[in-house]
Amino acid sequence: MMFDLLDPLLLARIQFAFTVSFHFLFPAITIGLASYLAVLEGLWLKTGREDYMNLFRYWIKIFALVFAMGVVSGIVMSYQFGTNWAVFSDKAGPIIGPLMAYEVLTAFFLEAGFLGVMLFGMNRVGKRLHFTATLMVALGTFVSAFWILSVNSWMQTPTGYAMNANGQFISAGSWLAIIFNPSFPYRLVHTLSAAYLTTAFLVGGVGAWHLLKDRTNPRARLMFSMAMWMAAIVAPLQIVLGDLHGLNTLEHQPVKVMAMEGHYQSHPEGAPLVLFGIPNSAEGRVDYAVEIPRLSSLILKHDLNAPLAGLDTVPAADHPPVGVVFWSFRVMVGLGFLMAGLGLLSLWARVKGRLYEWKGLHRFALAMGPSGLVAVLAGWITTEVGRQPWTIHGLMRTAESASPLAAPAVAASLVAFVVVYFAVFGAGVLYILKLMAKAPQVQEPEPPHIPMRTAGTTPAVALRPVVLATK
Amino acid sequence: MTIDLTIIWAFIIVLAVFIYVVLDGFDLGIGILFRSFAVGQDRDTAMNSIAPVWDGNETWLVLGGGGLLAAFPLAYGLILSALYAPIIAMLLALVFRGVAFEFRWRDPAHQGFWDLAFSGGSLLAAVSQGVVLGALLQGVAVEGRAYAGGWWDWLTPFSLLTGVSVAIAYALLGSTWLVMKTEGRLQHQARTLAWWLGGATLAAIVAVSVATPFLSAAYFDKWLRWPAVLAVAPVPVLVVLASVAFARRLRAGHERTPFLLTLAIFFLCFVGLGISVFPYVVPGSVTIWAAATDRSSQIFMLWGVGLVLPFILLYTAWAYWVFRGKVGAHGYHA
Repeated sequence: MMFDLLDPLLLARIQFAFTVSFHFLFPAITIGLASYLAVLEGLWLKTGREDYMNLFRYWIKIFALVFAMGVVSGIVMSYQFGTNWAVFSDKAGPIIGPLMAYEVLTAFFLEAGFLGVMLFGMNRVGKRLHFTATLMVALGTFVSAFWILSVNSWMQTPTGYAMNANGQFISAGSWLAIIFNPSFPYRLVHTLSAAYLTTAFLVGGVGAWHLLKDRTNPRARLMFSMAMWMAAIVAPLQIVLGDLHGLNTLEHQPVKVMAMEGHYQSHPEGAPLVLFGIPNSAEGRVDYAVEIPRLSSLILKHDLNAPLAGLDTVPAADHPPVGVVFWSFRVMVGLGFLMAGLGLLSLWARVKGRLYEWKGLHRFALAMGPSGLVAVLAGWITTEVGRQPWTIHGLMRTAESASPLAAPAVAASLVAFVVVYFAVFGAGVLYILKLMAKAPQVQEPEPPHIPMRTAGTTPAVALRPVVLATK
Repeated sequence: MTIDLTIIWAFIIVLAVFIYVVLDGFDLGIGILFRSFAVGQDRDTAMNSIAPVWDGNETWLVLGGGGLLAAFPLAYGLILSALYAPIIAMLLALVFRGVAFEFRWRDPAHQGFWDLAFSGGSLLAAVSQGVVLGALLQGVAVEGRAYAGGWWDWLTPFSLLTGVSVAIAYALLGSTWLVMKTEGRLQHQARTLAWWLGGATLAAIVAVSVATPFLSAAYFDKWLRWPAVLAVAPVPVLVVLASVAFARRLRAGHERTPFLLTLAIFFLCFVGLGISVFPYVVPGSVTIWAAATDRSSQIFMLWGVGLVLPFILLYTAWAYWVFRGKVGAHGYHA
C-alpha cells in the first residue's frame, strides 16, 4: 500500500505543522485586531468623532468571523498533542500541561465574559462598560498569547525542570523559572509586535483598496492613515526586536542561528552574511551564494572579526533542516524590510501631503496587505523547524516524542484535515474578503443580529431586540 | 494529613467532562435532528435556541482535554493515540458544525449546504464520542507507558453500540430542550421525537448495561456479584424511576421536567460509568494515581482552577438564566 511507504513520524510532523499553521493565522489577526478595536473605541469616546465608531463596526464583523475560526481550529490543537505526540505529552505534560491549562482557563473566562458584550452589547450596557469589555477581550488575547508562547519558549530554552523516576519533566521548585525561561520575553515581544503588524497591514491594505476606488472616503482615509502610522513606527521597531531575539537565540540555540545564516563552515576570522544562495546540506555548503564578507559577525557579535562556529562543529544528527530554516528566515526578514520601507514611504507621503493621493503608495500597501500573515508564518517556521531535531531543545528528540502511530492512520487523517480546512476556512476567508470589499459606510451597520455565535455564554441574544430597535 | 490531590483532580476532570456532555449534548442533539425540521422558521428557531450558548458549551471540551493533559498526562497520551481515528473524526466534525453556526447566515445561497454540514457534523461528533466511550470501556492495549494496539482496535460491536447510543441520547436531550424552549408546531414535533427517542435511549441504556459486565471480570464483579450488587443497585433502580417519570410528564404536556429528567438520567449513567471505571483512568490498565502528574503541577494548577472555575460556573449559570423562557424564530425575547 502506498501509504506504508511514508514515514509516520514525518506525516505526524506535517499534520501538526499544517493544523498549527492554519490555527496560528487566526490569533495572529485577532490579537492585533482586538487592540485596534480598543483603540478605535477609545478614540471615539475621547473625540466623539463618529467615523471611529463606523470603523469599529466595520472591523468587528471581520473580527467575529476570524475569532470563530480561531476557536474551532483551536479545539483541534488541544487534542493534537495527544493524538500525534503521546510520548511528548506524557514526558512534558507535568510542565506544559499546567501552562496550557492556565491558557484555557484565562482565555475561556475572558472570552465567555466579555466577547458577547463587545459584539452586541453597546446599546445594552452603556459606553463605558462596553469599552471595558473591549479592553478585556484585548487583554484576553494577550493573556492567551502569554501562556502559549511561554510553553513554546520552554520547549526552545527549557529551564527550571527536574526529572522524576518515570522520566517525566517536572518542576524543580519554582514555576516562575519555567514560565519566564530565557527566550520567553524576547519571543513574546517579537510575536506580539508581529501580530500588531499583521493587523496594521491588513487594515492598511483594506484602506488602500478603498482609497484606490474612492480617495475621498473619510473612513478609508482614517484607517489607512492609522495603519501607516503603525507601519512607520512598529515595523522599524520590529527589526530591532527581531535582532534582539536573534541574539538571544545565538546565546541559547546557536545551531538554529547557523541554519538561519547558512553557516555550514566555521569562520574563525569573521563570518560573511549570506544574502541568497541554495543550501546544499549533502555537500555542507551554500551553492551560488551571494555574500557580504564579515557582516554576519558584525550583526551577531558586533565585531567584524569575531569568530563564528558553523554546523561543522555540530554532529550531523543534531542539524536542523537547513534549507527550510534558511529560506523561511529570509522570507520573514525580507518582508520585514519591505514593511519598514512602506512605513517610511508613507511618512514621506504624509510630509508631502500626498498620503491619500499617491496611487503608487496605495497599490504598494494593497500588495502588502497579507504580508504580515506570511511573515508571521515564515517566522514561526524558522523558529520551530530551527529547533529540530528536538521537541524540547537538547533534551528530547522529535523522533522520541511521537505516538506509536500507523502511517495509514496519520496519512488518512492528514488528507482529511487538508480537505476540511481548505473547504471550511476557504469559505470563511471568502466571507471575510466579501466584508472587506465593501466600503466602510457613514452609518456602518451593526454586526448582523441573527447569528449569535462566538459570543460564548453571553447575553447576546437578549440584546437583539435592542439592536433591532435601533435599525 | 496530606490531601489526595489526585482524587480532587480526577473529580475536576470528571466534572468538566460531565458538564461538557450535558451542555454540548443538547446542542449536538439539535444538530442531529436538525434536518427533520421544516426549512425556514422551524430551523431558524431551533438554531437560535442554542446559538448563544453552543460556543461556551464546547469550550468545556477544551477544558476537559487540556485538563487531562495537565493532570493525567500519561492517560492523555495513551487515550488519544489509542483512539486516534474517532478523535480526529470528532474534531473535524466539530469544525464543520461550529462554522455552520456562522456561515449559514452569512451565505444564504448555500444555506442548505451549511445545514447539512451542521447536522452531519453533529451526528458524526456524537457517534465519535460514543465510540470513544465504548473503546475506553472495553480497554486499550498498553505496554509500559505506550499504546500497544493497532489503529483499528477501537472498532468493535460494543463501541459501535455505544456510538449509536450516545447519538440517540444526545438527540433525546436536544428534543427535550426544544420542548422546553419552543412553541407551536416545532414544539409538537419535538414532543413526538422525545417520546420515541426516550424509548430508544432506555433501550440503549439497557443494551450497554447488559453488555458492559461481560467486557471484563472487574466490571462483572462490581455489578453482578452478591453482595456488591446491593451497593450499586440504586443506580439502575433510579434510572427506571426517572424513565417512568419522564414518560408520564412528557405525556402530561409538561415542558421543563422532560429535559430535567433527561439530565437526571444522564447523571445516573455517568455515575454508573464512574462505578465501572474507578479507580482507573484507562480502564483495566492505568489507575488515576499511576497517570497523575507531579504534585507541584497539581498544586500550581489548583490555584488557577480554584480562582477561575467558580467564575465560569457562575457566569454560565447566569447566562442560562438570561436566556430562560421561549425562543422565537428571531431569537429570545428580552
